[in-house]
Amino acid sequence: MSTLEQDKLLLEGIAAENKDSIEQLYKQHYNMVQSMVIANAGTRDDAADLFQETVIVLFEKIKTGNFELTCLLKTFVYSVARRLWLKKLQQQQRYTSQPDDLEEAVPVEDEIEHHLKLDNDFTIMETAMGKIGEPCKSLLQAYYLQKKHMNVIAQEFGYTNADNAKTQKYKCLVRLKKLFFAQYKNIE
Amino acid sequence: MEDTLLMDAAERFAKGEMSAEEKIYFEDLRKNNPELDQAVVEQLFFLNQLDNYSSTKNFKALLLDVESKLITEKFITRSAAQTQGKLVQLWHRYKKDIAVAASIAGIVSLLIASVVSSVTKSNPKLDLLVQKINDQAIKTKKIETALKDIPVANAVPTRQPIDARFRATGFMIDATNNYIVTNAHVVKEAAHHLIVENNKGIEYDATAVYVNVAQDLAIIKITDSSFKHLPALPYSIRKSGANLGEAIFLMGYPKAEIVYGEGYVSARNGYKMDTTYCQISTSANEGNSGSPVITKNGDLIAVIASKQTDATGVVFAIKSANIHRAVNEVKKQKDDSKIKITSAPSLRGLDRETQIKKMEGYVFMIKGN
Repeated sequence: MSTLEQDKLLLEGIAAENKDSIEQLYKQHYNMVQSMVIANAGTRDDAADLFQETVIVLFEKIKTGNFELTCLLKTFVYSVARRLWLKKLQQQQRYTSQPDDLEEAVPVEDEIEHHLKLDNDFTIMETAMGKIGEPCKSLLQAYYLQKKHMNVIAQEFGYTNADNAKTQKYKCLVRLKKLFFAQYKNIE
Repeated sequence: MEDTLLMDAAERFAKGEMSAEEKIYFEDLRKNNPELDQAVVEQLFFLNQLDNYSSTKNFKALLLDVESKLITEKFITRSAAQTQGKLVQLWHRYKKDIAVAASIAGIVSLLIASVVSSVTKSNPKLDLLVQKINDQAIKTKKIETALKDIPVANAVPTRQPIDARFRATGFMIDATNNYIVTNAHVVKEAAHHLIVENNKGIEYDATAVYVNVAQDLAIIKITDSSFKHLPALPYSIRKSGANLGEAIFLMGYPKAEIVYGEGYVSARNGYKMDTTYCQISTSANEGNSGSPVITKNGDLIAVIASKQTDATGVVFAIKSANIHRAVNEVKKQKDDSKIKITSAPSLRGLDRETQIKKMEGYVFMIKGN
């Protein structure tokens, strides 16, 4: 199998949220990212954080559904990590010059921008979730995150039937929506 | 169209769960009603946001799993401090979710987790004095002796100051051997130190001798030698159940000082007919875990444990018969425990203020980390 084919297979695994695929991605590219960070004023901890974020960018990119791998996955991972690391250095005002390139890089500005937008939305939703209180939070998480069936939720939360649970869920959703948009529209 | 109906429709539309016919009807509605269309657009946008959030959140959890596995395999190195900082923090966050999930039943325990109050008996002034004297290197025997005596005289043991991470309540059941009852979920919080504090604010070391997670009961013993025995319990611990409608009062530590509350037994059984518990109508807050529930005649009938989240004034307390059962367990397990409930009931017929005065020395703040 060619490297490109292997890369595609790995991406499919990541899209399917397969743990082994994520682990494989770490095994294949983590050391490269770590070397880049350490060569550019970072620590091992920074590298671990950065790799996490890089994998999330990759995941988000796959999720858009139009990820045509035009270079090696290795190059893509390196480019994203490098760009994110540069941003971090700038934020901390530790940035002096372009990082020394250890590997070939491709432009990834769009991906990073997309990621920052999603990351921002994520934070707003997370904050809203933190504010709605119980049992709303658990109820919504059971339905939207854990994708549990309404019948199961009704039973776990002690509602008499799925319809009651559903009504409660919508009440919670209205509250979450209010909290979310209050913050979201502030920023827009 | 009602709000919930609209949301339901939007959600089924987004998920593609609508029948062709319904879809046509729905799209027709939107076309002819711009206001409704606007609401649908907003709802669809919001659902999409929620979807993104959920998928990222789940993916992050997955990522964390993989990372901790690789850290264990030493493929990834994180410095200890960082691992503590980030992973433990995340774990705590998830643990909180798990705890919530576990209490999905709609009840929460009444324990204050995450109080950071310094638990220390060291006296800064005293420390300073000692320091100063050392600096000047005064070697007079007399002073040295005096210094040695200070801690003893003031009963200040040299314990490392620690930060309490939780606070709850407990009460004495054996004043001869200093055994205190609280909830198992309280003791579980104390990974390192368990400390009891009396109503005068004096702290004593304690250790757990019995923890029954299923019944949520624990017995702890004050191990501090500086603790002075209290006289026999002024209340008796009832062996039978709680009577419906019985007026009760309770004392506990939802804040840094003892707080009194009143109520009545509102049901003979607990959440989902759990017969270990009875239901009390009162206001109890975080920190009330382990609070004694007492009748006007001085019968201790239950131990506060949890409250229902979606209802007010619905508090669940473990029936006192379970305390007797727990004491028997300790007797069986530990021959040297000497544990025995010794009470000399003396609250009957007294007015409430006098009852409280007689009792408050027996109710302790439980804290630790």
